[in-house]
Amino acid sequence: MTNCPTLIVTVGLPARGKTYISKKLTRYLNWIGVPTREFNVGQYRRDCMKIYKSFEFFKPDNEEGLRIRRQCASAALNDVRQYLTEEGQVAVFDATNTTRERRETILQFAEQNGFKVFFVESVCEDPDIIQENIVQVKLGSPDYTNCDSEEAVEDFMKRIKCYENSYETLDEVLDRDLSYIKIMDVGQRYLVNRVLDHIQSRIVYYLMNIHITPRSIYLCRHGESELNVKGRIGGDSGLTAGGKEFAKKLTQFIQAQRIIDLKVWTSQMKRTIQTAEALHVPYEQWKVLNEIDAGVCEEMMYEEIQDHYPLEFALRDQDKYRYRYPKGESYEDLVQRLEPVIMELERQENVLVICHQAVMRCLLAYFLDKTAEELPYLKCPLHTVLKLTPVAYGCKVESISLNVDAVDTHRERPEVGGNTHTGSENGWMDLSISSHVSTANCQFPQRRLKRDSLLQRPSGDREKELTRTHQSDQQMPLWKTDSRNMSGDQSTFLENNSV
Amino acid sequence: MRGNGSTARGGSVCMTNCPTLIVTVGLPARGKTYISKKLTRYLNWIGVPTREFNVGQYRRDCMKIYKSFEFFKPDNEEGLRIRRQCASAALNDVRQYLTEEGQVAVFDATNTTRERRETILQFAEQNGFKVFFVESVCEDPDIIQENIVQVKLGSPDYTNCDSEEAVEDFMKRIKCYENSYETLDEVLDRDLSYIKIMDVGQRYLVNRVLDHIQSRIVYYLMNIHITPRSIYLCRHGESELNVKGRIGGDSGLTAGGKEFAKKLTQFIQAQRIIDLKVWTSQMKRTIQTAEALHVPYEQWKVLNEIDAGVCEEMMYEEIQDHYPLEFALRDQDKYRYRYPKGESYEDLVQRLEPVIMELERQENVLVICHQAVMRCLLAYFLDKTAEELPYLKCPLHTVLKLTPVAYGCKVESISLNVDAVDTHRERPENVDVSRMSDEALLTVPSHQ
Repeated sequence: MTNCPTLIVTVGLPARGKTYISKKLTRYLNWIGVPTREFNVGQYRRDCMKIYKSFEFFKPDNEEGLRIRRQCASAALNDVRQYLTEEGQVAVFDATNTTRERRETILQFAEQNGFKVFFVESVCEDPDIIQENIVQVKLGSPDYTNCDSEEAVEDFMKRIKCYENSYETLDEVLDRDLSYIKIMDVGQRYLVNRVLDHIQSRIVYYLMNIHITPRSIYLCRHGESELNVKGRIGGDSGLTAGGKEFAKKLTQFIQAQRIIDLKVWTSQMKRTIQTAEALHVPYEQWKVLNEIDAGVCEEMMYEEIQDHYPLEFALRDQDKYRYRYPKGESYEDLVQRLEPVIMELERQENVLVICHQAVMRCLLAYFLDKTAEELPYLKCPLHTVLKLTPVAYGCKVESISLNVDAVDTHRERPEVGGNTHTGSENGWMDLSISSHVSTANCQFPQRRLKRDSLLQRPSGDREKELTRTHQSDQQMPLWKTDSRNMSGDQSTFLENNSV
Repeated sequence: MRGNGSTARGGSVCMTNCPTLIVTVGLPARGKTYISKKLTRYLNWIGVPTREFNVGQYRRDCMKIYKSFEFFKPDNEEGLRIRRQCASAALNDVRQYLTEEGQVAVFDATNTTRERRETILQFAEQNGFKVFFVESVCEDPDIIQENIVQVKLGSPDYTNCDSEEAVEDFMKRIKCYENSYETLDEVLDRDLSYIKIMDVGQRYLVNRVLDHIQSRIVYYLMNIHITPRSIYLCRHGESELNVKGRIGGDSGLTAGGKEFAKKLTQFIQAQRIIDLKVWTSQMKRTIQTAEALHVPYEQWKVLNEIDAGVCEEMMYEEIQDHYPLEFALRDQDKYRYRYPKGESYEDLVQRLEPVIMELERQENVLVICHQAVMRCLLAYFLDKTAEELPYLKCPLHTVLKLTPVAYGCKVESISLNVDAVDTHRERPENVDVSRMSDEALLTVPSHQ
């Protein structure tokens, strides 16, 4: 999105949700494809100090303490510089940063390195919220492993006091040239100043939509479908008897959970709608929750894909996240179209999302902070509900199987021999041309393939594979079938196919 | 497919249950009407039925002739009576609109006193409407001056004045409001839902956003700006499938298309645009067109042409042959009709929303896209209805230059004089499913 990297800087007294915001924002930005990392200065301090004694460390007149804390902040900034210069787009510098002096230091650091700065301040004076905060995340902190709850709370309160006197909140006049959002009373009110670019605008929108009200999100797939049992991907078929059984069990499960004000969302495909119908509650259909579009491979079995498009099949296994089915979508595309769903899930409270395998993997990856490499292989079996409950800095997951048999639709990443690729770090995958194409379980085809080309028009071999004639039946989407003969290369390619 | 009690979130957005009343707040010449009209246009485009109610317009309808600022003096009893009456009439119309068909009403007036706002809040409560205030605060004299020049001088109020007189009168009009102006206060108004826009978007105060639609409104308002700029819209150069009369697909440019790409480059250079951003879809024909420009460009998948599903790469004649029923249904409701395994215009609008949002943030942009996509974007800028949208004329090899001006958009259509097939199919007379082939194909443009 932007050319120069962005440094997000948190501001606020302890127990104001800075780390909560930092981690959540980092998770969101990574999920939408913006490489982001958080740098928690408190963690640097713990690594440096090893043992935390008491709040006295944070007293404003503790010279030694101040020295160490300044050192830790510097070390963190150094790591920020390295990260943003090498691979990152956004760094979140998570610390109190409560004095104008400290923020000035950071601004200079950013200017020297060509980083844009965006401050995120959290201001809150509600004692109940602060107390709850301490209970949720501080008691379990490494700082307080050897204390009982009362001692810990008391010490932490005194720690907060150490910062209060020198706290200089972001000021409408003095800081009018800075870019920032000031979040007041956990999102009741916001002050937004000088949003400079797209990424800052997205960050502000995200921060204004999240909340901390306790709730649960239920994710599940539709009941088993006709195409599922046939081993075919995609399509728009209805439920099998087993699938209908699941829908009934789902109803019972939901009722037993006694959820307040549950919203139910489905896609616009038959199988999720049929599943929701059984619940006999109002539900909302989202087209963007539709399953990943497998393009030319829609309604094929994996065996047929291997038969007709062995090259495509192999490319997909090499980079399942970025691979886009011809005339279809990639997981990467799916994430982009699911972003409004995530945004609305953040706004909502209790929601049940009845969706599809690839879609559920994307949503799950957001909540559980999974990487692009892990996402396409997350296990989302039929007839199983995942209950996600935000807790502390993350998400508790409960997997509840509703005990209705179903086919397994999960396909693991196949084994690769010899040169395993190094993934997407350097953008190149090592493949060398061999006389036959690998099957799902054989060696890597080896050919130099620039990662970007997966996203563009099919080149050479891919184009040939896609336009050759094959025994198509009515299920195939209509596209130009080119009955010209295959080129010499192509026939060698096929004859030596070891399938 | 709808189940009992299900709502479809395909193209249209269903957000809240009760209607929303947006209430502007601010001195004259602070951009309230600009914001009202723009917001209304945006909400309608994304599928939320919205209408604006400008109290000044009610006053003009009532008064017929505007004499001078004296009408607005705080001690002018007659003036106050009429203005209060106009506000009431407008609120009555708001109630009727929101009860019958509308989802959002924008009540555009100064609403500068807490008393007036309290009246509106009570009105809303009685009728079960949610209220969201949008206040614009600005003290920059240059901006206010520019505002007056752009939109006030041309107002019906000042048709018989020269510029100087008009400006002077308007300044006095603003003064009439200043003494009684009670801005939204962080403490006194802490229970209200509002956004306060300060200095044309430099700073925002947002309080108690209650639901999805308010969140979307805030996001939109925080992304728009008033910096002068132009948006250029055009389609890719003529493609191989175009000349064959086939829809969709992913073919490359013909010789004519390549010629257009060259002419486009010359045109863009001649325009001498500062910092032009170029966007394309991820289909060959737009990318090839952009390549000729030899400038950096950004590919958006969401700018891809509408997916015609089972009809991809077919000629209209073939669609009539294979799917006569579908073909007729499409002619009956071209906006909402979804190709089997494909998309509708309504779907297209939903996927183009991030493009519109980013276009609002940007300044000078050239978007090289496709026929259906361009119709959707154009409909947003020119405030076209869902009925008009699918029939907007977007011929090949023609650039539309859109420049925001006053409350709308100036459009210049520049043909680059490179021949191309016509791909525009008008709605035929007979859209009945029982129609004959030749009636269905009457309006198909000629092709190879």
